[in-house]
Amino acid sequence: MAPRFGALVLLIGLLISGAVHAGDASASRVSQPVIEAARGGQCVADPAFMRRNHMTLLKHQRDDTLRVGIRTGQYSLKTCIDCHASKTTNSVAASDTNFCQSCHTYAAVKLDCFECHTNKPQVKP
Amino acid sequence: MTPDPSPPSKDAGDLKSGRRGFMAFAAAGIAGILIAPGVRLIEIAQATPATGTLSPGASSKVRWGMLIDSTKCVSGCNDCVTACNTENGLSGGTKATDSQWIRKIEIKEVRTGKTQSLPMMCQHCAEPPCVDVCPTGASFKRADGIVLVDKHTCIGCRYCMMACPYKARSFVHSPQTDQKPDVPRGMGTVEACTMCVHKVDKGEMPACVTACSKAGHEAILFGDLNNPESEISKRIASYPSRQIRENLNLDTGVRYLGI
Repeated sequence: MAPRFGALVLLIGLLISGAVHAGDASASRVSQPVIEAARGGQCVADPAFMRRNHMTLLKHQRDDTLRVGIRTGQYSLKTCIDCHASKTTNSVAASDTNFCQSCHTYAAVKLDCFECHTNKPQVKP
Repeated sequence: MTPDPSPPSKDAGDLKSGRRGFMAFAAAGIAGILIAPGVRLIEIAQATPATGTLSPGASSKVRWGMLIDSTKCVSGCNDCVTACNTENGLSGGTKATDSQWIRKIEIKEVRTGKTQSLPMMCQHCAEPPCVDVCPTGASFKRADGIVLVDKHTCIGCRYCMMACPYKARSFVHSPQTDQKPDVPRGMGTVEACTMCVHKVDKGEMPACVTACSKAGHEAILFGDLNNPESEISKRIASYPSRQIRENLNLDTGVRYLGI
């Protein structure tokens, strides 16, 4: 009896680990966002915080920059792009795997920034 | 299926704090209204600095302006226009649907036949009609006198284009790609000369001014109209300069010599 029970436990264990593996290998029905590696070192804030609050930070700073002329803030869209532009497309939103676009596709949130702003980093002279 | 340790699930705590933060903010707002009935919102807005930082930004002590010497402006020279197009990522087309932030015009005095050439762009009025008519507050004047369009709030109604006596504004008709990082431009919004605000904020000269002196004409002088010691103020004080359509009393930031 005991060995048979042991085999059953082993079997269930294998099944669960198999299911976990399947989840990891993006067999899930929802494709996970691909987060491409950034060019720079540390982000201006903790990634979890940025994930949740980047839109507020950007919106706050855009008003400061445009209306008040303050161009020294650390949450500028330009610096985001400089760091996060893909090494292959040189953009944050040109393809579905690029930094901004991949998460926005995953979250089904329309990305309006790049209708006016460039999605490529500044070309250094 | 076992739960997938995906990034969004980690944010559950943040979500909670976000909601709590909002509730606190809302409560504070209600308390503010209840506690101080004599204080109007406009006073709060004016008393609060735009940011908590002490960054410089645009100052109302300065008023940026230009003095264009049409006697030095050469007929047929288009360097200021080209420089503007390059700096701001404009196509350079001159069709009715193309954006033109600065354009050269030729004027002729009918009786004498004397012709003159001068560049025409946003005059950066102290009393801008485009700002008066804007229904969303997108058209605005910065503290240092530069008149701009906030494209985040522009709905593309083009009322400002009708109000402008200088035909200085353009509407973007087609989707834009490869804009300059400092100069966002997008379909469905109105745009005009920004006096190269991104350069001015860095302490540089507008592109047209640089191009004009590079071509050896020195027809455009840029400076602070509020500072009596600046070159532009000294010249305005000693030579007869004109504002185009002075009768409208718009107090333009762009002045002309020799017209």
